[in-house]
Amino acid sequence: MSAPSVEKGIQFIREQIDAPVASFFSACVHCGLCAEACLFYGQTGDPRYTPINKVEPMRRIWEQEYTLWGRIKSTLGLARKVTEKDFEEWEPLVYDACSLCGRCSLVCPVGNDISGMIRKIREGFSAAGYAPEGLIGATTRAVQIGSPMGVKLPAVQAQIGHLKHDTGLDAPLDQKGAEYMVLLSSMEIMNFPEYLEAVAKIMKQAGKSWTIASKAFEATNSGIQIGTSDIAAELVQRVVDAAEELGVQTVISPECGHAYTAIRWEGPNLIGRPFTFKVKHILEVLDEFREQGLLKTDGMEEAKLTFHDPCQLVRKGGVIKQPRKLLNMVASNFVEMTDHASMNWCCSGGGGVSANERADEIKFKAFRQKKSQLDELQVDTLVTACANCRITLEEGLEEYEMDLPVVGLTEMLADHLVDENEEQG
Amino acid sequence: MSAEALLAWARGPGFDWALGIFVLGMLLRLFEVLSLGRKPDLAEGRGSGVQGGLRTIVTRTLPRPSVFAREPVRIINGYVFHIGFFLVLFFYGPHIELFQTKLGLSWPALSTGIIDALAVLTVLSLLLALALRLTNPVVKFLSTSGDYVAWLVTLLPVLTGYLAYNHMLLPYTQMLALHLLSVELLLVVAPFTKLTHMFSFALARWYQGYQAGHRGIES
Repeated sequence: MSAPSVEKGIQFIREQIDAPVASFFSACVHCGLCAEACLFYGQTGDPRYTPINKVEPMRRIWEQEYTLWGRIKSTLGLARKVTEKDFEEWEPLVYDACSLCGRCSLVCPVGNDISGMIRKIREGFSAAGYAPEGLIGATTRAVQIGSPMGVKLPAVQAQIGHLKHDTGLDAPLDQKGAEYMVLLSSMEIMNFPEYLEAVAKIMKQAGKSWTIASKAFEATNSGIQIGTSDIAAELVQRVVDAAEELGVQTVISPECGHAYTAIRWEGPNLIGRPFTFKVKHILEVLDEFREQGLLKTDGMEEAKLTFHDPCQLVRKGGVIKQPRKLLNMVASNFVEMTDHASMNWCCSGGGGVSANERADEIKFKAFRQKKSQLDELQVDTLVTACANCRITLEEGLEEYEMDLPVVGLTEMLADHLVDENEEQG
Repeated sequence: MSAEALLAWARGPGFDWALGIFVLGMLLRLFEVLSLGRKPDLAEGRGSGVQGGLRTIVTRTLPRPSVFAREPVRIINGYVFHIGFFLVLFFYGPHIELFQTKLGLSWPALSTGIIDALAVLTVLSLLLALALRLTNPVVKFLSTSGDYVAWLVTLLPVLTGYLAYNHMLLPYTQMLALHLLSVELLLVVAPFTKLTHMFSFALARWYQGYQAGHRGIES
C-alpha cells in the first residue's frame, strides 16, 4: 500500500469525527470494562482486543487535530502520527476481532458507543485499502452482481419455481401496490430456501399482499460491513427505488441482523432523506400479525429450545419482545440463556467476520462463548432469526462436534400454521 | 518564602488563577466537543431522544449485572473512590466555608470523624486502583502516562488534606499550604487529562442515550 492511500484513510476517519465521538474520547478513563463485554477479548485474553483499543488510531487523530492540547503536542513533535504501520496493525483488530455486536457500548460506564466508533473507523480502513479480501470480494460482488454471494435474479426465480412446484404457493415478483416488499439475504436464497416458503405461507394465511422486487431482492449490505458509505448508500438506494416504484407500504427486512440495521437505521442517513415507506424486521411484522389475530398456529414444539438473539436486532434494533411472544405461541419448553436479550453474546460471525475467511480461527475461538452458554442449558433445538447467525452457529457447532439443530423462527412458526384448507375440508 | 506567605498566596491569587484555568480549560474542552456538531438522525424514530439521553445519564451509573459479576472489585472500588472523594470535597466543614465565600451557598457538613474515615477510604481506594492498573492485563495495556498523572494529582489533595487535618509529617501551616497547592495542581491539570470525564461523561451518556431513545432501543 502506498502512502497516499493512508492519507485518504486518515481523511475518511477525520470526516467521521463528530461531537458524539469527541465526547466519547474525552470521557474515556481507560477502565477497561469494555473488554469484559467483548467475546473476542474474553475468549482470547489478548488485551489488544479491548474494544476501545480498536479505535485508538481514531482517538489519536481526534486528539491531534481537534483538541488544543493535542495540537500543541503535535506542533512540539510529541504526538505519534497515524502511519501505514498503524493501519496494518489495526486492520485485524477492526475487522477480524469485532463483529460490531455492540455489547461494549452497553457496558461502558461513561456511556461511550464504542461499537459505533468501530463502524466509523472502518470507513477509513476501507478507504485506505486496509480491509480483508473476503469483505472486499463480497462488496465488489454486491455492487456488480447485486449480491455479496453472487446470487442473481434467476436463482431467486428458480426458488420461486420450486416453491410453486412443491407447495402451490406463489411469491409474486414486481407486483405494484402490494402492501409488503420482502427482501431476502443471499444466505436465505442459497442455503435456507425454507424462509421464502415460510413467508409465502404466512402471508397467504394473513391475507396480505406482498412482492419481491426483481431489481432489489437482496437485503445484505456489504457496504455497511466493510465500512464504505458510498457503496452502502448505493445498495440502500436500490431498495428505496424499487419500493417507491412498486408503491409498497412496508419493506420487510429478512432474518438477518445487519441488513436490518443497514436499511432501518443507516438507510435514510446514507441516502440523506427519510423514507416514504416503513421498514420492519420480519419478526416485527409477524408479531403485528399475532396481535391482530392473523397468525393462527396449531400444536406446540415440545423439545427444549432456546433463542439466540441476533445482536443487531436486540442491541441496535430493539426487537426483543417480539421473538419471545412468537416463540411462546409454538414452544412449550422455551428457556433463556444466561445472558440474553440486550445482553446476549454474539454468534461470533457478525459485522462481516463470517465473510472474512482470514478471521476463521479467531471466530471459532470466540464461538466458545456461545458454546458455554449452550453447554449450560443443554437444549434440543436452537432458534434464531438471522441467516448469518444461523450459518455461523451451524459451523461453530460442527467445529466443536455439538449435535444441535438450528432453526429460523419464521420457519418454525410457518410449520405450525393452521392449515385452513384442511380445517374447511 | 515563609509557610504563612505561601499559604496566603495559595489561598488567594494562587487559588483564583487555578480556578480560572480550570473553568476556562473545561469550557474550551466542552467547546471542542460541541462545536463538532452531529447530523440529525433521518431514520423514523420510535421514541424520544431527549428522554433517552436524560435516562442514560442516570441509568449508566449502575453496572450491568453480567459485567459486575466478572469484575466486582474493580467496579466496587470505583464507587468507593467516587463517593468518598465527593463526600470529602463537598461535606467537610472548612470546604463548605470555602464554597460559601466563592459561591455564596452553604449546606450542612458531615462530622469530622466521618470525613476523616472517608478520606482514609478514598486514599485506600486510589491505592487499590493503582494496584489494579499495574496488574490487570487490560488496564495495564490501556494505561498511558496521562492516567498516572491523573491518578497522582487526584491522590495528592486527599492525602495532604488528611495529613494536615491530623497534624502529621509537617507543621499544620506547611501541610495546609501543600494541600491547597495540590488542589490547584489538580484544577490546572484536570482539563488536559482524562479528568475531563467529570463533565464529559454526561455528554457521552447523553449522545448514546439520545440515539437509543430515538430508536427505541436499550442503552
